[in-house]
Amino acid sequence: MGLVSNPIAKMILQRIGLGLLSLVIVSLVIFLAVNLLPGSFASAVLGRSATPDAVAAFQHQLGLDRPMVDRYFTWLSSALQGDFGNSFSKRPVGTIIGPRLLSTLRLAGITAAIAVPLAILLGIVCARYRNRLPDRFLSAVTLAAISVPEFFIAYVLMLFLATRLHIFPSLSSIRSSMHFDEQLYRMALPIMTLLFVVLAHMMRNTRAAILNVMSRPFIEMAQLKGEPEMRVIMRHALPNAIGSIASVVAINLAYLIAGVVVVEVVFVYPGIGQTMVDAVRNRDVPVIQACALIFSTAYILLNLLADIISIVSNPRLLHPR
Amino acid sequence: MSDSAFLEMKFWAEQARKGGISRREFLGRAAALAAVAGAGTSFFASGAQAQEPKQGGFARFGMSDASQQDTLDPGTWPASFVQAAFSGSLCNNLTEIAADGSIIGDLAESFEPADGARKWTFKIKKGITFHDGKSLTMADIQESFRHHMGDGSTSAAKSLLSQIDTITPDGPDTIVFNLKSGTADFPYLVADYHLSIIPAKEGGGIDWQRGVGTGSFTLENFEPGVSIKMKRNPNYHKNNKPYFDEIEYVAIMDATARMNAFMTGEVEFIGDLDVKSIGLMERNPALSVLRVPSLRHFTFDMDTSTAPFDNPDVRLALKYAIDRDDIVRKVFLGEAIKGNDSPVASTMPFHIEPKPVFNYDIDKAKAHLAKAGLTSLDVDLSVAEAAFPGAIDAAVLFQQHAAKAGININIVREADDGYWENVFLKKPFNGCDWYGRPTCDWLFSTSYSKDASWNNTHWKNQRFNELLVEARSETDQAKRATQYAEMQQILHDDGGVLTVAFVNWIVGVSAKIGHGQVGGIFPCDNLRMSERWWMV
Repeated sequence: MGLVSNPIAKMILQRIGLGLLSLVIVSLVIFLAVNLLPGSFASAVLGRSATPDAVAAFQHQLGLDRPMVDRYFTWLSSALQGDFGNSFSKRPVGTIIGPRLLSTLRLAGITAAIAVPLAILLGIVCARYRNRLPDRFLSAVTLAAISVPEFFIAYVLMLFLATRLHIFPSLSSIRSSMHFDEQLYRMALPIMTLLFVVLAHMMRNTRAAILNVMSRPFIEMAQLKGEPEMRVIMRHALPNAIGSIASVVAINLAYLIAGVVVVEVVFVYPGIGQTMVDAVRNRDVPVIQACALIFSTAYILLNLLADIISIVSNPRLLHPR
Repeated sequence: MSDSAFLEMKFWAEQARKGGISRREFLGRAAALAAVAGAGTSFFASGAQAQEPKQGGFARFGMSDASQQDTLDPGTWPASFVQAAFSGSLCNNLTEIAADGSIIGDLAESFEPADGARKWTFKIKKGITFHDGKSLTMADIQESFRHHMGDGSTSAAKSLLSQIDTITPDGPDTIVFNLKSGTADFPYLVADYHLSIIPAKEGGGIDWQRGVGTGSFTLENFEPGVSIKMKRNPNYHKNNKPYFDEIEYVAIMDATARMNAFMTGEVEFIGDLDVKSIGLMERNPALSVLRVPSLRHFTFDMDTSTAPFDNPDVRLALKYAIDRDDIVRKVFLGEAIKGNDSPVASTMPFHIEPKPVFNYDIDKAKAHLAKAGLTSLDVDLSVAEAAFPGAIDAAVLFQQHAAKAGININIVREADDGYWENVFLKKPFNGCDWYGRPTCDWLFSTSYSKDASWNNTHWKNQRFNELLVEARSETDQAKRATQYAEMQQILHDDGGVLTVAFVNWIVGVSAKIGHGQVGGIFPCDNLRMSERWWMV
């Protein structure tokens, strides 16, 4: 197998190393930022019965009176072992976040499974018929979708599909006791909303990436050879555009995991974004930190993956002279 | 049923409620009356049928205040989502607060004070079982109370129960509470939603983790922050109740999402309706908006121990210098009841409307200012949105109103975070949100007595404090009424509390749901909507 030659392996290892380093830096930023939050869990829980004594007792019980450096390393070392500790409400962070993370991943997974192939396909169509009717139509629609905020799309969909036509339910609060098909039915509107948001971005970037490659000399060469336009795109342009398409897809996938809290709130979908907002409101620091770390891990991991894909898919790196 | 039979029935119901006759006796008399009035019943049926509760249906309640931190532990239960589901549906208390605000037996058949309300004897109904088939024993009741007591307890009801000395069973169906001092309101206290009766464990403690109670519904599924699903308890100890076959409490935190779910028929009830969307709701005949007067009220509190508020005339000047009608109209869009500088809600026992009713009166404000030897007055008013919803807007209006009387209010915008730590009890003039207490004694002892931990007005009135102690152990209700009336009057005339408004519980109820009078001491028909309401 001479496919993965040494320089590629070296490059990938380098990227993984850099990814881990950025994760450590991010963890430090998260820790500092959370500690800068005004107020405390004790005062959030005790409310107006927060006497200085009670607050101090709470802080001590939760170990918040220890030095910051000490607390950071304790947290980091156990987090690296996958143990996020106990939430301030005394339940393990894992049991609070776990089910929520799963439902977020389910929503993201289904959306991505529809959005990514569709976006690339439509991007190719636009590139093939650039500046002609299909391209102009799709560009206009996606431009419109990308320029309105997601909650607006959510409410428009809800107004027509739920309130007026009663096709889909307005409430997506799925329960683990529901069957998968009912869950899917309840997830329809959030999936559609997210499709509108991510599809546009990925499609436009696919189109741009392909057109960018299309202006290169070797494409002109292929065209001069008399190859059909579709074959030029699929065989010559697309492989060279995969790198930049992959990085856009990665950003959108990370958004689907970490950035959908608005959609979750509108449709009452029990995802992890809502958990983090709740935790910030209650100043439940271990939960905030765990959520932030999961979100940044998702971004770093997906970008790492995109990097690796673009390295591996680069013909010049794949076939060194 | 004929009118006279109905009146007689009402009389016996009243007697049963007051403990004059037992519940069993009442049912006997009711049956006899129904037989006498038999002919009338069928004749009368067509008109009354819509009001008759009937069995069946699946009711879903959209609630605004669920949290992922919620647990089945009765020591917590911070918001109506878990209160209505666990305290109001899964479990029973010894007593419950009826829709009209009176106290009636729940698990208890009757309750009697003795020894100057120092000793309370509760007779428990016979044959009550938990959802798992186990019979209710006095040990269960004992342990359920002990769960909140003692040094190691983290329960929110701990301070409430500090007055209990001993709890001892007296035979298989009687339990006796010995209190450290006389408390005539003790039956109200045991209706607190934390004090639900839960099966005891072998060797002490209660087994709350399993989600088993004696209540009207059994627990099917509990997902914190998402949903609580429950099924009808076929062995429930109240005749015919509950009426629904199934219920579900659904967490919908976002106000718009909650309204959408209600409008599209996903839920039959929503709590905490956004006042701005009331108009939209009321246009739809299938939905109705319910306004239930609550105990919750918003105040501006003056520290009566510091200048200038230590002068009663300054306090009176400020009480006359606020146009509460204007604030109710503009800030609460008419969905509130203006206050009269007493924290006692109109639905509470012993409530009076102290005279004179404080209305916006510039001349009177100026006159009281002059009596205090002042021509103008400068005060700082500390507010934040956290003080109460609309506090900043209300303060700005107050500033305009008072300026006309020569009072300059400087509004100090405090941070929402830490408002209850840094402003409440500390700043001399601050805005405050109160959820209220079901009885005068409870309310005054926590917020207006000289050593109350939440005495935000730092008010120490000798006569008021004497009366408070006297009334607490007074079992002659007529005498208590005069005592509490005098206390409300003193608080109104001399206190440092400036009650802006009482708010309603504003909830949406589908036309599919039937209900009688709705209680407002606690939210959701005193947390018992699941067993009191039905599908029409």
